Amino acid sequence: MEGLNPFVVFFASIFTNNMILTNFLGMCSFIAVSGEIKTSLGLGQAVTFVLTFTTVLNYFIYHYVLVPLGLEYLRFIIFIISIAAFVQLVEMIVERYLPNLYYALGIFLPLITVNCAILGVSLFMVIRDYNMIVSLLFGLGSGIGWTLAIVALAGIRKRLKYAKVPKGLEGPGITIIITGLMALAFVGFSGIVQIQ
Amino acid sequence: MGNKKLKKIFTLGIWKDNPIYRQILGICSALAVTNLMLNSLVMGIGLIFVTSFSELTVSLLRKHTPKHIRMMVQVLIISSFVIIVDIVLKAYYPSMSKALGPYVGLIITNCIIMGRCESYAQNNKPLYAFMDGIASGTGYAIILLVIAFFRELLGFGSLFGYQVLGEWFTKWTIMVMAPGAFFMLGIVIWVARSLLPGTEEESMKGEAIS
Repeated sequence: MEGLNPFVVFFASIFTNNMILTNFLGMCSFIAVSGEIKTSLGLGQAVTFVLTFTTVLNYFIYHYVLVPLGLEYLRFIIFIISIAAFVQLVEMIVERYLPNLYYALGIFLPLITVNCAILGVSLFMVIRDYNMIVSLLFGLGSGIGWTLAIVALAGIRKRLKYAKVPKGLEGPGITIIITGLMALAFVGFSGIVQIQ
Repeated sequence: MGNKKLKKIFTLGIWKDNPIYRQILGICSALAVTNLMLNSLVMGIGLIFVTSFSELTVSLLRKHTPKHIRMMVQVLIISSFVIIVDIVLKAYYPSMSKALGPYVGLIITNCIIMGRCESYAQNNKPLYAFMDGIASGTGYAIILLVIAFFRELLGFGSLFGYQVLGEWFTKWTIMVMAPGAFFMLGIVIWVARSLLPGTEEESMKGEAIS
């Protein structure tokens, strides 16, 4: 995919190809952790950070190790291991040198390993055949888009406390419907840029 | 006695403890593939295969796996089965492999499988674990098909690719796009929870795992 403008990919991954709202990735923690704006912002930052670096890391692993060795079919296992290892490494480094950041992100880091968005972005990167710069911006943009969506949802859910919700719809049900409405709003962006 | 236990596993997995509407697990891939019924069917079969065989393997190895690395072992077992599904799809059904794209690989991070391995297969005999995997997987596949049924019917006017509704039908394009998936899932959860009231602790447990 030569000549693809990295910035187009960057903006597209925030707005028109938002990880949650159009690709449904990272839903589990999206529903579970969106109770409060502050915690969801913390999780969003952690996801953005990990997403950016693991995408680039997996890019190098895929193109410089797996492809020359002809082991492309092992990419699922390798990607998930590299993500888990990276998360573990970051946790140790942050705990040792940046205690403040550790308290802000610490509890979310282990959760991230099983976040589908991280693996999803790496797989998209391989399938769409992005180059290094595009992968970097794609990871960063996806993280920002994810953060945007989860913070917005947390803000809406805060108001929801005062609303009367039908019995069976309480909790996850109404959260998913709200996500649907947000997705509807994001469809409005789809005219700006488009990647596939 | 054995039969009774098996029967219980099935009713729990498919109906009472259904992974999607009861425990809100694994909805990432639940939504993405449900715009066509055929995609959902293939995804469902893939998931049943991966869940049941991973649970079987985890259960067989449960006495030999050290406690503190069991998560890693489980992830590796699950990934191996996902790779099998991916290779089989690529070889025998390339068009479907293309349509499902990264979502086949994302079965690995589907919380249902991990959750069942951790909570059931770790403490039960292989046969029961295998059956539990089939039951949870089937429960998941049924919900996928229900959502896909409405999305495809309203969005394209067809079922499994065959045109069911005639020319008079105005297609609801919104059902094929992302928001339609969220609305359908919300409605399915609403209906299921209203018909089958359960305790709140159960749903809390589900959220804690995910």
